[in-house]
Amino acid sequence: MTLDVASAIRLSFVVGLAAAAMGLVPATLVGWALARGTFRGKAVLSALVLAPLVLPPVVTGLLLLRLFGRASPVGGALDALGLPVPFTLLGAVIAALVVGFPIYVMTIRGAIEAVDHRYEDVSLSLGVPPGRTAWRVTLPLALPGIAAGIVLAFARGLGEFGATAVIAGNMEGRTRTIALAVYALLDAPGEDPRLTTLVGASLALAFAAIVGFEALTRWQRRRLELDGR
Amino acid sequence: MGARFDLAVTLALGPRVLTLALASDADVIGLVGPSGAGKSTLLRVIAGLERRAIGRVSFAGEVWQDGATFVPAHQRGVGWVPQDGLLFPHLSVRENLGYAARVPVPAVAERLGVTALLDRRPRHLSGGERQRVALGRALCAAPRLLLLDEPFSALDRPLRARLAADVAEWARAHRVPMVLVTHDERDLAAFDAELWAFGAEGPARVASA
Repeated sequence: MTLDVASAIRLSFVVGLAAAAMGLVPATLVGWALARGTFRGKAVLSALVLAPLVLPPVVTGLLLLRLFGRASPVGGALDALGLPVPFTLLGAVIAALVVGFPIYVMTIRGAIEAVDHRYEDVSLSLGVPPGRTAWRVTLPLALPGIAAGIVLAFARGLGEFGATAVIAGNMEGRTRTIALAVYALLDAPGEDPRLTTLVGASLALAFAAIVGFEALTRWQRRRLELDGR
Repeated sequence: MGARFDLAVTLALGPRVLTLALASDADVIGLVGPSGAGKSTLLRVIAGLERRAIGRVSFAGEVWQDGATFVPAHQRGVGWVPQDGLLFPHLSVRENLGYAARVPVPAVAERLGVTALLDRRPRHLSGGERQRVALGRALCAAPRLLLLDEPFSALDRPLRARLAADVAEWARAHRVPMVLVTHDERDLAAFDAELWAFGAEGPARVASA
């Protein structure tokens, strides 16, 4: 079987990084709205964001295929722009982004909720308008938690399988990430040494992500002086 | 024309409904009462930080809140110093003082005796140092009205009297009126304060002796 381990690891990295990067602004905005906002439909927004967490990823992939397929208006428009989604790297990135989005939003929501809103009150009372207060107080104080969200979203994107398989397929050199490569090798007779390499790479990446997440979470607590002095 | 401070609001805090009414022309209003009575809440109402308050708030002839208007907190020009100071933990003392400064920081730092602390982070300050920096941060913003919530509570007695005298002198020199909340009447000695007692029925003017 043609299957290049380095290519799979590289593709996983690209997908994880792209999903984390593309999701940062939307996840921050939604996390912020859920943490600080008081508006009608907040529960609905929260449920919508969480949906991919409880849906089987294969079903999420199928829904994405319906949404981004060439026959749909969205997919057709992207295709016309030269950005076809099904069975492309973009499809893999979108799958990773959508499936990882709940954990992304929830981590950032938690980071913003952890910031005592009275810091914002102090800033406002000193004459600094709400937008600048968000930029100068809330965002910097929540920054380590937001970074932890980036790490989790990246790590989740690295290993996305179910939705990716449906919308992006398992195409060597194009959409075959670590998880899909492992799946492809399961069918191979005997113990393929490439399988060992891929499993090792997965474990190493997952471990690195968790260590990074823990370090960032500790930094957040220190920054907010939650650990005492 | 009404009094300089004119405030009449009700505020539902869970099952409890707080009714606050206060009208005064004094330069310094001293609010004394047990903790939990709602003194801090009164300051938050004046600062525009309690959106749930219903009623009327005006200061110096300007309506800050009534049925039709609500001047947002950042447009009121008050210097609110909360009880625990709430220094921005991600900024140094210098950056805290300069956060919204309209007057030079070094002069204020000098007056409050925090010049030696300028490069420290809040987590490396004692409780009393934090309170002085929090006061300084409010003074640097050149407020039209100071709202001080137990501003000297973390200081020991001699230091307390000295800082109170400094703040009183600053307020007189800059003609800035203030509302000072405390559970200890001795904190008001340096100020020519109009005394209000805060009981279960809200604030009530205490007849001067």
